[in-house]
Amino acid sequence: MPIARAAKRATVRLGAVVLAGALLAACGTGDSSDTSDSAGGKVTLNVDLFGSFGFKEAGLYEEYQKLNPNITIKQSDTQDEADYWKSLQTRLAGGGGLADVQGVEVGRIASVTQQQADKFQDLKEFGADKLKGEFAEAKWSAATTKDGKVLGLGTDVGPEAMCYRTDLFEQAGLPTDREELAKKWSTWDGYLELGKQYKKKAPAKSAWLDSVGSLYGIMIGQEKERYYDASGELIYEKNPAVKAAWDTSVEAAEAGLSAKLDQWSPQWNQAFAAGSFATIPCPAWMLGYVKGQAGDAGKGKWDIAKLPGGAGNWGGSYLSIPRAAKHKEEAYALIAWLTAPEQQAKVFQKQGNFPSSTGAIEKIAGAKDTYFSDAPIGQIFGEAAKASPVQVLGVHDQNVMQQITNALSEVERKGVSSEKAWGTAKKGVDNVIG
Amino acid sequence: MSLTATAKAGPRSPAGPGPGPDDGRAAALRRTWRKASPYAYIAPFFTLFLAFGLFPLLYTAFVSLYRVELQTSGEMEWRGIANYTALFTDEFFWTSLRNTFTIGVLSTVPQLAMALGLAHLLNYKLRGRTFVRTAILLPYATSVAAATLVFAQLFGKDFGLINYALGLVGFDPVDWQTGTVASQIAVSSIVIWRWTGYNALIYLAGMQSIPHELYEAAEMDGASRWRQFVHVTLPGLRPTIVFTVIISTIGATQLFGEPLLFEGSISGGISHQYQTLGLYMYEQGWGFFHLGRAAAIAWVMFVLIVVLVGANALLVRRRARKEAGR
Repeated sequence: MPIARAAKRATVRLGAVVLAGALLAACGTGDSSDTSDSAGGKVTLNVDLFGSFGFKEAGLYEEYQKLNPNITIKQSDTQDEADYWKSLQTRLAGGGGLADVQGVEVGRIASVTQQQADKFQDLKEFGADKLKGEFAEAKWSAATTKDGKVLGLGTDVGPEAMCYRTDLFEQAGLPTDREELAKKWSTWDGYLELGKQYKKKAPAKSAWLDSVGSLYGIMIGQEKERYYDASGELIYEKNPAVKAAWDTSVEAAEAGLSAKLDQWSPQWNQAFAAGSFATIPCPAWMLGYVKGQAGDAGKGKWDIAKLPGGAGNWGGSYLSIPRAAKHKEEAYALIAWLTAPEQQAKVFQKQGNFPSSTGAIEKIAGAKDTYFSDAPIGQIFGEAAKASPVQVLGVHDQNVMQQITNALSEVERKGVSSEKAWGTAKKGVDNVIG
Repeated sequence: MSLTATAKAGPRSPAGPGPGPDDGRAAALRRTWRKASPYAYIAPFFTLFLAFGLFPLLYTAFVSLYRVELQTSGEMEWRGIANYTALFTDEFFWTSLRNTFTIGVLSTVPQLAMALGLAHLLNYKLRGRTFVRTAILLPYATSVAAATLVFAQLFGKDFGLINYALGLVGFDPVDWQTGTVASQIAVSSIVIWRWTGYNALIYLAGMQSIPHELYEAAEMDGASRWRQFVHVTLPGLRPTIVFTVIISTIGATQLFGEPLLFEGSISGGISHQYQTLGLYMYEQGWGFFHLGRAAAIAWVMFVLIVVLVGANALLVRRRARKEAGR
């Protein structure tokens, strides 16, 4: 065999081996990071969250790292909870790529406790039992399975209020005082009535409300039973509370009161700063979002008043540890610290996320927020938190809500009739339930 | 052939002179290797194909016969072909099938027409030709995500550049996200933008294989550039055009990234107005976690593509036969 040919052959052979190796390696490197960091006592804790939990903003990670020099905290963040949940579910099913701490929205907690209890760590193994008295009863029980496993520690809850732009109200000749407004919109009819007044004299390109989806969301938050009843049966079709929230939202859409935005979309984000809407239904966690999107220019232009139609709760979250997490013990120490009253109070002061810890609620009773014209947020949200109902949660809560708000957007943005849109919503929900 | 024949005859004459038994073994080994080595060379591809191509394909078919939920993926419930039959009564499935078709037409037809025109122009001696040829490929090099996010901004209802421009000419702003036709045009425009240059380069390559004499002859006969294009370029390009049509058809059937990122909505807009089959599969699988139903949709898409490509090939073959008979 001539040498040149042998060499060529060897090269081809080598090439084939290298190629195969490279392809296999490329397939395998998905989740191999952070395996060696526990050497020498150093531990990197990965925290995977959505929206704005406010830990970083309130400087809590830095503080914790100072208290525990051997810990480094890395946070990753997804803005839209639906995207976050999708990726978390995929990783749970595959069993890889999971962080040490995963955030769970309250609309998903029933799915965790009822469907995936085996994939999350029972925090009682680390002694979570003794924290029970520190949390609001409803918050604690929602994360507990039927057989008593505790799968998450509560961060915030979502007591509801109404945020509004005082400068736009002034231009439209509406009162700007939060007490006066609370009286005028003590009911939802009053709120819509004020909206119609606003529309008459409103500045150009400014609507009363950001989207009817937000309106529906905040109204449904005032109800105890929504899509499921306590036995786990789907009841949204015959639930008068759902119907009432739907009808009011349709009325707002048909009266042209909304800016026709899609919540969490880039357009929605831009509209915060542009003054495209005068009011936005805001659960406590929305305060941080408003600040982030409206920016420094919005400081002092916003205010907060009590919600029309009584108290309610929308959202709130948990911190959980997946069974596949690498540093469970360290992760538990971290989440116990993050959800302790002192820390929850700090997050509230910085970001507005309302604490689920009873100790923290006492601490922040007198809090005010300069961004929101010194609104007494401690008092407003505190009262709402006390009065809001303990909600019945179901496995598909979040997706069912998504289908209904999608259908409402059809009414709002395409002028589809209420009956037709409700039909779409029902089909959508059937599709979700599968 | 004769080479293998002599090689086979070798070991049958051990008594004869020449190579000893050791040499014979080495030669046999070498011969075996010579026969087996091609398989060894192609083995990596086929191993990978089996693991990441064929196995998933078959497993998807298997899963499509069950009710499987991502959250409880351990519990599988036999459904037979119910996942498939359910699609026939599923309004959202038909919507997405129709959308896939309309968006496919809206994006493929102008795209290929423009590519053809561009290629024709680039085929002339232009100044800075190489630069222009490279430049038209740039959109193709841009990632789907980046392109789509920029286009989504441009098509914004309130702050988008396109509505602003329309406003300057006196048109009312268009709600590019909500309207069925408007949103499909918007999504198609992203596809067109990304792929026109790519197809133009393929056409250009095809055009350059057309003998130059044909153009010279046509020119001498006094044919205009347009007539040259119709009577010389187009017939010469037929195989290339067929190739791009097939590739674009497959691409259009699988369209996913653009509609997903356009509004960040997995349902393809509030009333599924631009949801494609790919997106619908994603919504079923990773929005609602119905893996069985998603698998069924995947197989329907697979069959659809095979049928479309088969129809294309048949059409071409019939045409070629017709021409041969001429």
